[in-house]
Amino acid sequence: MSSYQSLDIKRRSATEFTPPAIRSTGLEVAKLIDVSKCIGCKACQSACLEWNNLKEDVGVNVGVYDNPHDLTPHSWTLMRFSEWDNPDTGNMEWLIRKDGCMHCEDPGCLKACPAPGAIVQYTNGIVDFISENCIGCAYCVKGCPFNIPRISAVDRKSYKCTLCSDRVAVGQGPACAKACPTAAIMFGSKTDMQEQAARRVEDLKSRGYANAGLYDPAGVGGTHVMYVLHHADKPEIYHGLPNDPKISPLVNAWKGGAKLLALGAIAFAAVGAFFHHTVVGPNKVSPTDEENAADLVEEAENGSPQPEPTRAG
Amino acid sequence: MAIDVERTSVRPLVEHTVIDRYHAKARVNHWVTAITFTLLTLSGLALFHPGLYWLTAFFGGGSGTRAIHPWFGVVLLMSFSLLFIQFWKHNFWNRDDTQWVKQIDDVVKGDEEHLPELDKYNAGQKIVFWLMALFILILFCTGLVIWDQYFHGIVTIETNRLAALVHSAIAICAILLLIVHVYAGIWVKGSVRSMTQGNVTGGWAWRHHRKWLRREVRGAEPGGSTEG
Repeated sequence: MSSYQSLDIKRRSATEFTPPAIRSTGLEVAKLIDVSKCIGCKACQSACLEWNNLKEDVGVNVGVYDNPHDLTPHSWTLMRFSEWDNPDTGNMEWLIRKDGCMHCEDPGCLKACPAPGAIVQYTNGIVDFISENCIGCAYCVKGCPFNIPRISAVDRKSYKCTLCSDRVAVGQGPACAKACPTAAIMFGSKTDMQEQAARRVEDLKSRGYANAGLYDPAGVGGTHVMYVLHHADKPEIYHGLPNDPKISPLVNAWKGGAKLLALGAIAFAAVGAFFHHTVVGPNKVSPTDEENAADLVEEAENGSPQPEPTRAG
Repeated sequence: MAIDVERTSVRPLVEHTVIDRYHAKARVNHWVTAITFTLLTLSGLALFHPGLYWLTAFFGGGSGTRAIHPWFGVVLLMSFSLLFIQFWKHNFWNRDDTQWVKQIDDVVKGDEEHLPELDKYNAGQKIVFWLMALFILILFCTGLVIWDQYFHGIVTIETNRLAALVHSAIAICAILLLIVHVYAGIWVKGSVRSMTQGNVTGGWAWRHHRKWLRREVRGAEPGGSTEG
């Protein structure tokens, strides 16, 4: 998906240079998902499928509300339902989280991607997969701290939420936000969304949710999809939302500066070999070696018991 | 400034002997492995660093490279396994090898007269052999779990991350080892023909693998005792 031009791009996968983001307005967008207002109607899922012209296979009911059971190459967003017994109140709470790409400020997928320009981050903060450049290696799956990208078995391309970058490019909000009947999904500038969240958190606190808060994890530089959580102190109860997500140290090691060192070592070995030859010269067999060998063979054939004296090399 | 005058009488090389070193089967097997390793290096490096992404052009683009690289790996594993079966018993470490390693200075200078007499392989060749076997095994196992098209989800994402890291790191080690192997073949004149024609000159064997030469010669002795 892409309706932007290169002039809007802040970061590009597997690319050494920084794109010229001269058309940037400096405005960063964000989607705010207020979990406390979500009723689990899945209108957002339907809107996503409809706007992006995606079709999900008919699934199987295994006794939970999650449908489909996981994110897929077609379902870029998914309502995840968790039943949580609140030990403080003794109440069962039904926690419903709209899962999907968080549009990290420091995207692990983009860091891991080996294909130039297959993943871009626009100046407004949206992280987008450019399918024509995608090679289907699934490195983005390894890079993502939220387990979001899904590879299509049909075309071997990676898919995830685009934050409706095509709609946003023309001044519209994402399809899911437009469809949400309770305005649990809001869209606007990141600062506006943070202010909105602050008001909501204050309201929730006044109504007994002492640990209400905004989920905008600093470990990935903040995200352009944020949650208002009634229990922000334990995000993992919301179907395993990571408490302190960050790009895995393994991915950092894999994709870090060691790569240049490794290429340097290869170059050093090749150049070193060349200069070894230059200094030491070829390791040649001398005529004396040949004579000694011939003597040895001859001696063995004649069965002569006394060996000839070895010639000095 | 020193000027050495070397006087060599022009003598016909009547004493030029030839010793068989590799059967055709081993040679074909070696070159299948070599070609596959080269293709793996090129396609692997293409996805290793953005500066080398242009190498994907040799494999039909990025998706093509991603798709074919693991299959090269499967061929390499099978091909190297056959090599391993043929060569492993000649690669056991012995006291001469320890001595060889201690005198690595002489080795690097090409001063082989001071080294112990060696059997079919020297310590360097043995190290390359065993390390390459280990590396290829690790590369295959880690490669398998990151082969997303067929093995998606057989391990956790965290294990996948580790596999990707280990795969890259070991691949670099294997490429360095390959450089050592190729350069040794170039530097030690007369080695390459053992893999292209199957034999070496007696002088080559005398100089680099005298114990092996003695054994071969004894074995060739008509009616004589053949050992090993």
